[in-house]
This record gives sequence, C-alpha cells and structure tokens, in this order.
Amino acid sequence: MDTKRADKTLNIDYRFPKTGWMDTPVEFKQGMFCHGSKPKDLEAVGFPNPREWSSKDKDWKLPANWKEIVLNGMKERLDKYRSFKLFMDICVRCGACADKCHFYIGTGDPKNMPVLRAELLRSVYRRYFTLSGKLFGKTAGARELTEDVIKEWWYYFYQCTECRRCSVFCPYGIDTAEITMMGRELLNLLGLNTNWIAGPVANCYKRGNHLGLEPHTYKSQIEFLLDEIDTLTGIKIEPTFNRKGAEIIFIAPSGDVFADPGTYTAMGYLMLFHELGLDYTWSTYASEGGNFGFFTSNEMGKRLNAKIYAEAKRLGVKWILGGECGHMWRVINQYMDTWNGPADFLEEPLSPITGTKFKNSKTTKFVHIAEFTADLIRHNKLKLDKNRNDNLKVTFHDSCNTSRGMGIFEEPRYIIKNVCNYFYEMPEDTTREKTFCCGSGSGLNATENMEIRMQGGFPRANAVKYVREKNGVNMLANICAIDRAAFPALMDYWVPGVGVTGVHELVANALVMNGEKERTTNLRSESLKLATESTEVTEKDKKQRH
Amino acid sequence: MGISFSLLAVTVLILIAYSGVKFAGLHFFFGVVIPYIAIATFVIGIIYRVVKWGLSPVPFCIPTTCGQQESLPWIKQDKLENPSNTLGVIGRMALEVLFFRSLFRNLKFEVDVANPTEMKDESRVIYSSDKWLWLSGLIFHWSFLIIIVRHLRFFTEQVPSLMRLLENLDGWFQIGLPHFYVTNLVVLLSVTYLFIRRVIIPQVRYISLAADYFPLLLILGIAVTGILMRYFSRVDIVDVKILTIGLVSFRPVIPEGLGIIFYIHLFLVCTLFIYFPFSKLVHMAGVFMSPTRNLANNSRMQRYVNPWNYDVKVHKYSEYEEEFRGKMKKAGIPVEKG
Repeated sequence: MDTKRADKTLNIDYRFPKTGWMDTPVEFKQGMFCHGSKPKDLEAVGFPNPREWSSKDKDWKLPANWKEIVLNGMKERLDKYRSFKLFMDICVRCGACADKCHFYIGTGDPKNMPVLRAELLRSVYRRYFTLSGKLFGKTAGARELTEDVIKEWWYYFYQCTECRRCSVFCPYGIDTAEITMMGRELLNLLGLNTNWIAGPVANCYKRGNHLGLEPHTYKSQIEFLLDEIDTLTGIKIEPTFNRKGAEIIFIAPSGDVFADPGTYTAMGYLMLFHELGLDYTWSTYASEGGNFGFFTSNEMGKRLNAKIYAEAKRLGVKWILGGECGHMWRVINQYMDTWNGPADFLEEPLSPITGTKFKNSKTTKFVHIAEFTADLIRHNKLKLDKNRNDNLKVTFHDSCNTSRGMGIFEEPRYIIKNVCNYFYEMPEDTTREKTFCCGSGSGLNATENMEIRMQGGFPRANAVKYVREKNGVNMLANICAIDRAAFPALMDYWVPGVGVTGVHELVANALVMNGEKERTTNLRSESLKLATESTEVTEKDKKQRH
Repeated sequence: MGISFSLLAVTVLILIAYSGVKFAGLHFFFGVVIPYIAIATFVIGIIYRVVKWGLSPVPFCIPTTCGQQESLPWIKQDKLENPSNTLGVIGRMALEVLFFRSLFRNLKFEVDVANPTEMKDESRVIYSSDKWLWLSGLIFHWSFLIIIVRHLRFFTEQVPSLMRLLENLDGWFQIGLPHFYVTNLVVLLSVTYLFIRRVIIPQVRYISLAADYFPLLLILGIAVTGILMRYFSRVDIVDVKILTIGLVSFRPVIPEGLGIIFYIHLFLVCTLFIYFPFSKLVHMAGVFMSPTRNLANNSRMQRYVNPWNYDVKVHKYSEYEEEFRGKMKKAGIPVEKG
C-alpha cells in the first residue's frame, strides 16, 4: 500500500460471499501476507523442512508425509493443551467475537472473524478427531485436510496478532491467540513460517537479539545514545555491560536500542537509571526482551527466553528489571517461570531507592519498569518538570499483551499524569481490556504486508483520530516496542501529525537531573520554546522521523 | 442447508415417537427404555467429556486479564476481572456462569459514513453496547433451569416446599387454571429470538452449522409439546407421576392414558440428553474448565508448573562468547575466558 496515497479509502465489503466459507477458496491478496521463511533461518535453530520456497508458488515443497505430520502434531497438542482441546469442542458460534477483531473490522474478510479463524482448524479437528465429523462430514462442519487448507491456515494464522480481544468478549473465554499459536506450531512442523519471524528468531538465538546486533555493535549503539544524552544534558553516563555482581540486570526489547522512536525510550531508561545511581548492567548475550520464538512455537519461545535467567545467574544479580515491551511481558507474566524457572538464585525484588518490595513478582523476580517508576514517583524520588512536555498532548495506547495477558493499566497512566500536563483518554471501548491492536503484533510488522497492517490498525487509528480532533492530541504513548515500530506508519497513514513515544521518553523529558545544563530541547531535539504550539511541533516531529 | 437438515431431523424424531407409540405400541420402549438410556448417556457422556478434557493438562497460566493487575499496594486491583487468588477466581467464574459477564460486555460497531462499505479517512467507527445476545441468552438459560427444577416435582412423592415457592414465583401471573408459568413463555420467546438472530445476522448465519440450528429447534419442540400438554391437550399429572416415580425407583410401570404428545415430549427430551455430551452443548461443563477464565493471574507471584515441561536446546553463553570473544574484548565487554 502506498502510504502517501491521498485518497485513503479502505473499501471494506462487509457483505458475505454467496458460497459457504468451506467452498470459498483462499485468495492470496497482495500486501496481506509476509514473505516465506528462508532456509538458513530455519537451519539456524534446527526447524524442520528448510528449503527455498515462496507462498506465491503453487508447490510449497511440503514433506512427503505432511498430512501425517500435521495430524500427529494435532493429536500431540490436543493431549498437551487443555485450552486447545476445550476450545475445539465448546464454541457455540454465538458470534459475540465476530466483530471484535481489528482485522475483521478493517478487512471485512469473514475468515478474519475469530470464530471462523478457529473453524479453519476446528473443521479439520472434527473430521479426524470426532465421531460426528467422521460420520457426517460437511454437515457436521468437518472437512478434509488438503494442501489448500494448509495454505489457508498459513494465510490466516499469520493474519492474527494474538491480541486476545475476542477472548474478552467470548462467554467461555475461547482465546484465538491459543488457536493461532497451535496453528502456527503445526505450520512450523512443515517448515512454514514467515521471513519476518524466522529471521529474528535465528538472529536472537545466535546473537542474543532480534536485530542480530553483535555484542560490540549493541554496545556502540547504546554509546551513540549516550552521546545524544550528553549533548542534551551535559551529563556523561557510563552504563556497564555484562558486569558481574551488579544488583540488577536490565532487559529491554532490542528495538528500543536500535530504531526510532524507540531509541528515545532507551535514552529515557539510561537517564533515569543514571539519575538514581542504580547498580545495574545491560547484557549483550541476553540483549532481547522480546521473543519472536513465541510467535513460532512454545518450544522456540522457551529456547530464546532461557537466556535471561541464565545470564542473570551467570552475572550473579539479585533481580531483573524489564523495559517497555508488550509480548515480552505476556511471556514474563504467563510463561517465563514455568518454562525456565525456578529462579531461586535470585532474590525477591526490592527497590534500592524506595525500599518497596515488589510482591507481585515474588517468583519471577522480574519487575516491569512502569511498576518501578510509578513507585519512585509515588515516593517522591524523582524531580520532575512536567512543563517540559507541554508541547505534547498525549494519549495512551494499552498494548494488547500487557492489557489482556497481564493487566498493567494504572501504572503507565500514573507515570504519564505525573510527567505530562496534557493527557487524554481515547474512547473507553477502545482502551484497557478492550484496547485495539496496532495491527502489527505477533510478528506482522513487516513492510511487504503493509496493506493488512493499515487495515488491521484502522480501529486503533480511528480512536486516536477522535482524540486528535477533540483534544488536539499529537502524541501516542505506549509501553510496547512493536507499537513504537509499527505506529509511526499507521499514524502517518490515518492520523498524520501524531507522533509515537514510549512512556520513559516522557519521563526523561521531565526528569530534572542532577548537574544538568539548562535544557532547550526535548529528547528529540525539538525546541521547548515551541511549547503548546502543537501543529508546528508535529510537523517538525514528522521531519525528525523520516 | 443447516436449517433444513435440522428441521428435518427434529421432524423425523417426532415421527419416530409418534409412530412408535401410536402404531407399534412401543410404550415401554419410549416410556422406560429410552429414558434410561438417555440419562445414562447424559451422565456417562458428560463425565467422559470432562475427564477427557481433564486428561490434557493446562501447561501455562493464561487467564485473559480484564482489569487492573495486583501491583503496588496503592494501586487498586480489579479483583474480579483480574483475580490473583482463588477467591477472586470463584467470584469471576460465578459472574461468568450465573450472569454471563463476558457477553454483557458485548459491543457492536458501526461506520459513520453514507456508504458503510467504504471506509474513508473521515469515517468514524462508533462502538455501542449491544445487550440483546446477553439478555436472550441469560433469560433462556435461567428459564430452562427453572423449568427443569420445576419438573423435579414429578420425581418425588411430596413436593418440597422450596419447589412450591419457586412454582409460586414463576406462576405469579395467573390467568385461570392451571397456573401460567412465566418461564414457559420466556423460554419460547428467547429460543425463537436466538433462532431468528442466527438466521438474520449475516455474520452469525455465515458461521452457523446444522449443529447450531438443531439444538434450538429441538428445544423449541420440547417447549411447544410441553406447553401443549399443560395448557391445551391436558395430561393427567397422576399418570405422569406413576411413570416417573416408577423410573426413579427402578420399578417402571406404564400407566394407561398418557397421550401421544407426552411421548413425543419425552422422546425429544431424551434426544436432547443423549445429544448433549457429544455436541457444543457441553459448553455447560466446559465453561468451568476454561483456562482463560478459571486461573488466577498470579504466575509472577507463585510458580506455575507445566507437567510436561522438558529441557530444550539453547545457545549457551559459552558458545556465544566463543564466537564473539575477540570482538567483545576489543569493545571492552568483560569475558569469562581471557
């Protein structure tokens, strides 16, 4: 999709095809899917069936016994995951989920209704695992497993961001994220992944982060940010890397270290920790909080995640502090300790500044930086000058994973309200547990699938547009690295003039540091004098980004 | 296709009961054998399903959190929407099972433009509350439950006082005799609504299978035959009681004078019982086992164990350092081996 196109029309056709969904073949539409995985990336982690292939080819070069692999894989997973088995059985097709999916709202494609996305898999389950399906076939909603079904799975299970919004509305809590995860696991048994996911997974496995930054590059990237901070504040910060004996290890999504506007958030972390005099270290080995393995299979998620505890143990730290990232926190909250715990070599996290014990992370020993900073502010440990964010009218996007897989709603809001004078909420049906996905989560933030990203992100963008028009909002804050990577394109397309920021960039703007020179600009080198003249700022902001 | 198939199935069921009793005289078969089979199938079937689900573990703690987590002491936790202990989970499940909490959240979206299929830059999506599904679902399930409980009077010699109270409440709207039960009307209306919405809402129609229409039509058949018996083609309650008490005391007797409608009603009920465990209707049991609802969001506080957790191949630090040692040293990053 040309993101500069003047006529921004989605042309959504909500009418349904004349044919039933089983008789409507999948059509691979340009811009709606990612490139297929490359053999070298599958080989790097030992995934099956590495080969050159393209989703546009007729022949996907599946292994000869592909059908057996998939059916055995399904059987295995039905026995291992109650969620999977239960969700295959109890859906009553009431339709409550149908219009809750951002991809359905944005595309009108019936197979993007969560219930139908699940039926793609359920129909095969019925045919091979239930008596009624074996006896009555199509009448019972069952269908044969064919190569076309596999292609349809690939197309639609990589058109779901595992955001769990549908699960909030389902009377039985059926979670499409669970279904999509199982679907993707099955596809991965055949070597069917996307380049945008398999690449980062391979990178992260060998080099410690999705971007594949080698240790010296990772360090020099952070040093570049230190120079920026020096220019801004006149303060020289010297963080440590892979340092044994530090009290805390800090784990951030690597996107924050590498790409704008996430880098401003990383500068925020650095400035905050320096000001506190925190005894902490970065790690180049565990240099990724995010986990694209989680978008592949449970096992791969665990393999990538293992590094964090291993590194914490090697360095002998007391506890772990985690940066702003969405799916990273779903993993920490709901998977990490189960996968790679117990972290009995760590101590129950205690803020060295306030003495607060973070009781809610007693077993994982992993504290969210929003919890950490909210606690600091509550105890008056930070000197903040809110006026330095007066050029910003901020709204907050609740990231899917931290909302529906954790429930961290008040902490970031409390921080924002303490560092910004102008904060506005989006309509309540689009925030908190009902928040809309950025449209690019779970490994969908590539460029070749820009069409689906803009369509899937439409409901979110539309709510931003509402507060832009009503309150003059010009900054979209969030606590997710994928959001920071994905939103700039979405905002430029649907709501030009709205920038994207992490919460700790806002904190750093307001943070009055000991010995700093008078600040004339914010972290983005935008003049503070411009304050309140929002349109000028956002124009500059746009230039800055491009 | 699903509708006609289901309509046909229910018609055939009615005809089976009709001809079986009327022409073949199989009163004992339809009055005693089938009910026993139905009850046995229902009980064993439900147990089988629950055990089968139960055999699959819940490897991860995956509640869908719908409110503020337990966090710092001064931040108010939403204990029902994001419970962190068993008490909270019980509360959350109670809200879900008794009041359909999640359906209550239901929203519909509309696009505020002249042509809703064309979403332009200036289009606005509006979300508004849509409680019809919740309302119809809730009153359907509750009326159905009350009706079943009312039917228990047939199975006891003396009618318990609690049941009398329930009957009196249900029958508050009295027109003549017998008492008119509100639930009879409500169940009829709500099932009809649920059927109609399935047909007219395009999204729901598109996803509907025969397995979705059939139970609705079956229940409609049960309700209609029941109402016919109570208000129009009266059945002698004493006769019904002779049959039911015979059934529960395992000394089955077939009384004379039970009309054909009674046998049709009974046969449809039996079909529902037999069909129940093998269909989507097991959501009744399944909802209690849903891991996104019945788990506390406390996996950061308490260790959650996956019974099949296994060791995986990881890229160890030593391998990493081996590959990058030179570069790390040059960049001043500490290494293990000089």
